[in-house]
Amino acid sequence: MAILETKNLTYTYGVGTPFEKTAVENVNLSVEKGAFVGVIGHTGSGKSTLIQMLNGLIRPTSGQVLLNGEDIWAKPKEIRRVRFQVGMVFQYPEYQLFEETVIKDIMFGPKNMGLSDEEALKRAKEAAHFTDLKPELLEKSPFELSGGEKRRAAIAGVIAMDPEVLILDEPAAGLDPKGRDVILAQISEYHRQRGNTILLVSHSMEDIGRVADRVLVMNNAHAEMYDETRAVFSRGELLEPMGLRLPQITSIMRRLRKMGLPVSETVLNVDEAVMELLPLLKKRKEEDKNHAI
Amino acid sequence: MLSDVTMGQFFPGKSVMHRLDPRIKMCLTVYFIVLIFCSKNFVTLGATILMSLLGVVLSKVPLKLYLKSMKPILFIVVFTGVLNLFYGTGDPIFTLGFIHITRNGIVNSIMIAVRIVVLILISSILTFTTSPTQLTDAIERLLKPLALLHVPVHEFAMMMTIALRFVPTLLEETEKIMAAQKARGADMESGGLMQRIKALIPVLIPLFVSAFRRAFDLATAMESRCYHGGEGRTKMKVLHLSKVDYITLIVCVLYLAAFITANILLPAAIVR
Repeated sequence: MAILETKNLTYTYGVGTPFEKTAVENVNLSVEKGAFVGVIGHTGSGKSTLIQMLNGLIRPTSGQVLLNGEDIWAKPKEIRRVRFQVGMVFQYPEYQLFEETVIKDIMFGPKNMGLSDEEALKRAKEAAHFTDLKPELLEKSPFELSGGEKRRAAIAGVIAMDPEVLILDEPAAGLDPKGRDVILAQISEYHRQRGNTILLVSHSMEDIGRVADRVLVMNNAHAEMYDETRAVFSRGELLEPMGLRLPQITSIMRRLRKMGLPVSETVLNVDEAVMELLPLLKKRKEEDKNHAI
Repeated sequence: MLSDVTMGQFFPGKSVMHRLDPRIKMCLTVYFIVLIFCSKNFVTLGATILMSLLGVVLSKVPLKLYLKSMKPILFIVVFTGVLNLFYGTGDPIFTLGFIHITRNGIVNSIMIAVRIVVLILISSILTFTTSPTQLTDAIERLLKPLALLHVPVHEFAMMMTIALRFVPTLLEETEKIMAAQKARGADMESGGLMQRIKALIPVLIPLFVSAFRRAFDLATAMESRCYHGGEGRTKMKVLHLSKVDYITLIVCVLYLAAFITANILLPAAIVR
């Protein structure tokens, strides 16, 4: 069943001024419950505007966003409830930390939902555990944490609201390779354990190839492609003109295939590539041995 | 949205008014404001209005923008205009109870209203046709004599430049933080006064933190480029007076002479 749908979703900035610009045009999407969707697109392709419409931070100029089949703007006064159901982690979320202690900051969302202190604390601790924040950090001021820890604390602040749909805008931006791996692994783990629906916005095709099972490609305010990751990656030549590049490993494997190696056409990540190449190497070794004999 | 506020309201262009030296423009702004308040009769008032309208036309900025900048002061214009109506001297031409309206009162209220409108018009020409950097440059140059009295003119100008530079940045940042906190369920649109003030804390604290961070970064960046105040510092864009500036100056000096003559010789609009 589709948990999140959009119908002819359109947003235009500055209507009636000389600076009028359509950021999102006629987007029709349907996100299945429990899906892990990667959202990619060039800077200015409209992906930020699109995701902000999905949780009611921006009201569409026309079209609808349906959450569990209901228009989220049917009752504008209850839009906050939508924001609890569709959690949103912005780019550089560490800049939103403000409380005295990390745990209090994580509790901010749950308390806004009207939960009791105990319940909020319980959820905050769970969320902190998910994002691997050590218990001794929770009583510190958020401003004393390292960059990666701040990022994880901020993500915990959204996870603690236990949203049905979690949207993350470039959660790994500006982190070192290790921090990047850790965050992505945690998001995957969270998805696996809770079975929530996740939308991950990223510039990096590598990251998306690693975790997402569907991909939405935004280009020039339009949803250019929306398909399974493998299907999207197999159309690499269409992505180039949109300023997007296939993961290095996908390109290498395609080249190898062109050169005549019997590997599959679309490989999403290094792990898959290893699985494809190892048997081939083994086979060749055996052949070499046979030749020698 | 916050970004709808037109800050600095510079309107880029290549008109005569844009090309005029910012120092000249600044002095002329003051000059015309003084003239509009010194005009005693309708001839000089009208002539000065025409001069400022000439400036508006020469600036090639859409008239709509000028009208938009008038909007916020409309109330003040009407208010002072009406108030001055009742404080005229001389024989009343209309009496209702304790209200006496005189010819002088009517003339005075019209003049005040017109003066305020022209005041805004003239300063709008300046802000529409001069970029913030040009403005601060001009201020720095014009205030330079004060440096002899140990007033840190360069530092003031630098502070102004930095402040103007960061207004849009901080506005954008505020919007981002507000969106992030709203996504966590912060409620900023309802509740009483105290509740609304409290709701601002999650926005203000991150905003201050980031402003300080930016300040440190900027200070480091300036220091690593050996910035140490204005002493011995040269300008990349040195202000030069051009032919247009000289022509404008001459026209304005001639106008001043004509203005003073007309102001003295012609009868004043308000009869004493």
